Amino acid sequence: MIFQPAIIALLLASLVCVGLLLAAAPLAIDIIRHWDIHSGSERQLLLERRTYLLSTLLSFIFATQLVALLLFVFNADRMSSLFVGAMCAVGTLKVNAFGFPALIAQIVVFFLASSWLVINHVDTLAHDYPLVRVKYLLLLILLPFLVAAAMLQLRYFLGLKADVITSCCGSLFSEEAPGLTADAAASPPLPTMIVFYLTLTLAAGAGVLYRLRQRAAWLVALLSGAAFVVTIAGVLSFVSLYVYEHPHHHCPFCLLKPEYSYQGYWLYLPLFLATAAGLGVGAVQPFARVPSLESVVPAVGRRLATVAAAMFVLVAAVASLMILKSRLILLEG
Amino acid sequence: MIELKGIHKAFNTGRENEFHALNGIDLHLPTQRVTAFRGPSGSGKTTLLSIIGCLSRPTSGRVRLGERDISGLPERFLTHIRRQTFGFIFQQFNLIKGLSALENVMLPAYPLGGNWRALHERAESLLGDLRLAHRRAAAIEHLSGGEQQRVAIARALINDPQIIIADEPTANLDTGLAMEFMAILENLHAVGKTVILTSHDPLVVDATIVHQVIDMRDGRIVTPVPIAEGCA
Amino acid sequence: MNAWIEKQKYLIDFTLSSLARRKAKNLGLLLVYTLIVFLLASVMLFTHALRQAAAEVLVGAPEVILQRMVAGRHDLIPPGYLERIGRIRGVQHKEGRLWGYYYDPVVKANYTFMVPGNQDIAAGTLLVGAGMARARGLAVGNLISFRSYSGKLFSFTIARILPHDSELVSADLVLISEADFRSFFAIAPGYFTDIALSVANPLEVRNVAAKLSQQFPDSRPILREEILRTYESIFNWREGIVLALASLAILAFAIFAWEKASGLSADEKREIGILKAIGWETGDVLKMKFWEGALVSLAAFLIGYLAAYLHVFRFSSSLFAPVLKGWAVLYPRFELSPVIDGFQVATLFFFTVFPYAAATLVPIWRAAIADPDAVMRG
Repeated sequence: MIFQPAIIALLLASLVCVGLLLAAAPLAIDIIRHWDIHSGSERQLLLERRTYLLSTLLSFIFATQLVALLLFVFNADRMSSLFVGAMCAVGTLKVNAFGFPALIAQIVVFFLASSWLVINHVDTLAHDYPLVRVKYLLLLILLPFLVAAAMLQLRYFLGLKADVITSCCGSLFSEEAPGLTADAAASPPLPTMIVFYLTLTLAAGAGVLYRLRQRAAWLVALLSGAAFVVTIAGVLSFVSLYVYEHPHHHCPFCLLKPEYSYQGYWLYLPLFLATAAGLGVGAVQPFARVPSLESVVPAVGRRLATVAAAMFVLVAAVASLMILKSRLILLEG
Repeated sequence: MIELKGIHKAFNTGRENEFHALNGIDLHLPTQRVTAFRGPSGSGKTTLLSIIGCLSRPTSGRVRLGERDISGLPERFLTHIRRQTFGFIFQQFNLIKGLSALENVMLPAYPLGGNWRALHERAESLLGDLRLAHRRAAAIEHLSGGEQQRVAIARALINDPQIIIADEPTANLDTGLAMEFMAILENLHAVGKTVILTSHDPLVVDATIVHQVIDMRDGRIVTPVPIAEGCA
Repeated sequence: MNAWIEKQKYLIDFTLSSLARRKAKNLGLLLVYTLIVFLLASVMLFTHALRQAAAEVLVGAPEVILQRMVAGRHDLIPPGYLERIGRIRGVQHKEGRLWGYYYDPVVKANYTFMVPGNQDIAAGTLLVGAGMARARGLAVGNLISFRSYSGKLFSFTIARILPHDSELVSADLVLISEADFRSFFAIAPGYFTDIALSVANPLEVRNVAAKLSQQFPDSRPILREEILRTYESIFNWREGIVLALASLAILAFAIFAWEKASGLSADEKREIGILKAIGWETGDVLKMKFWEGALVSLAAFLIGYLAAYLHVFRFSSSLFAPVLKGWAVLYPRFELSPVIDGFQVATLFFFTVFPYAAATLVPIWRAAIADPDAVMRG
């Protein structure tokens, strides 16, 4: 393992999050077993108060995941100088088999947590808290994901070993490691570009449709998920080529760096927001027929769908702007 | 209209110090009336008042507020109803030290997030009505007992509630101030507010503006309640 | 949305006044919090600046250095090696370097003697680093004598004192002419300490190194990027160690924050009870407490970071420089160039705000769930 601050911070954060959620699990089980909204018993009052704790806890974990995700990527970028052949974050993440799985697991946890918070929000708007059992069951399901993400991250960091000169055995152990370049497996630019704009248009369209007619919630969620994947693929495949002007540089993270004037934030923040909102529309859809949620779900769904649609349009606009601002040279590798 | 059916309230259930504050209350309180609960301390009148005012939930029994059954509502919604429907005047005034009179009055409106200027004006006019305009910037601990109570009344009125709830409002006041309080109460009734209070002060319960006095003992109502009377 | 923003404004407003009303308690917390931020930020800013300084120094260093090994030890490059390298493709410039260490018993310190490749130094004169000049009290024009390893005494005139900006590496540096170096250390002409090669294309560096080690099996090439990497990881490691030690302090701070948040005074409890009685919901109190934590954290973070910044870049890290720097007896007295780094701020955030938030989570909830009717029963 490489012993350095950001890694310690990330491990600390995931440890604390897992610990807190583990400690909360018995409370959640207690609520699932004994919840009775119609009772005014002291136990019920206590359970009700605990729901506040659990919501706060999840918000905290969610916020932590968000910052941790950023730090994880930053850290990967910084560490690239420690590994032979690694030019940027992609190389560092490829140093061992756990890098990208750890990153993906964190993104998954992030979206699961955001969906949970949407369900939670909807539930607290209904007078009889109809989803209490469901949402705490979901909370228990979230736990293994969080643990898995933490484990992957731990394995990744434990497997890191810097290629460092040791005075005894001299140098040139640094053999060429071709796998660590930023030449990620990217799809061909032109078809990807078409798919990218098409998917984003469809996702935004589905959002608008839901806003107007409250229909096709599943489609909103599905297309949002797809749009997320396609956008990342698009960055890998063509946005990076235009921005970096280098045929083998497909890194989706370097966009976040000052060299590229932090353009990445403009792309990724709306993307994460849009995806979380779009997935949220789908997450609450199974409960649309619950009597006390009949008006709540469409109202919340509309707001989320609007956010998703607007943000996907923004993503497409930012990506287009990044391309137009570049010198429009497409260097295919 | 407030209707209570079979209200029980128990504390420390299942433990040695289990205690039943209310043992089956059936009650019907009409609107725009002044109702007083009378009884020795420990008779359950404050507990009953807190259930009527949505400050707590009964262990069992049903509560209706207007047309709405609010018995099974979680705290979050009880609070929403409470801050729109009820204004509270407490025995100890319960004002926050260090804040000015004006800030104390505005406090219940903060969670509603309304326009600041409008809120400010409303609070000032309430303080003006209660002859406290000149004291609005003073810190609460620099006010006299009577002034403090009038701040508490202004605070109870800031969200324009239909029902005013007062728990032993005159217990900490001398006779003069108690009379003054009753006059304010009369004004509130005159503008159509419902008033529910607890007291064992004869000055209060024997006053002419009190339409109905309900006697309580051991968590039960002792006087037969004339349900039909004054039912609007 | 508007109502939501208004509401947050009210909550922040109330939080500020509530913080102000409990100055003593909150100032204590703020002080400890700020101190933690200050300590950690100082460590981070300092190591980061060192890292930056080292990297800057290495920018001008040759891409590859060739050292000859004899019995696993670094030895002199014999004549003829330099000429043989000429045939390797990609090598833009090559040069034999002469440098060595000299122990000065007067100040009990090691100097680095070096023949500069890019400037001529008149025979009998020296250019010395500022650290050494300080240690020996030297000024331009002074005469200094060294007894060589062969026992002979050599005298030199100080021609110039090296500028301060790169003092981290030049503190103990002595620049000397080639002829003087050879006679002082008794190195025959044609021999060199090592060979420096510059390679224009960074992608070629590795190939050049591979060819070198093939062609000169008795030598080892050292790449600049490897040195950089080693420096980087050494600095990271040092920083990591300091932070691991600091983790005890962070833990203590978290416990302190937890205690402060759970040990509510009767007054505060009463206040929350009143708020709940007059229509604040549990969620409102939680939000208010959230703002309280956020404001305290922000203040502590800003003050602590600013103080650390001043400490490191204005007052030369006077508190713990000896722990982090000292690898030479002649302490470099150097001004680090100020660097603020988003990555570092994010890391620092995790070491300070995150533990604070985690520690206060449960106590805040406990405070917020007070019974709304408690003030009536009181």
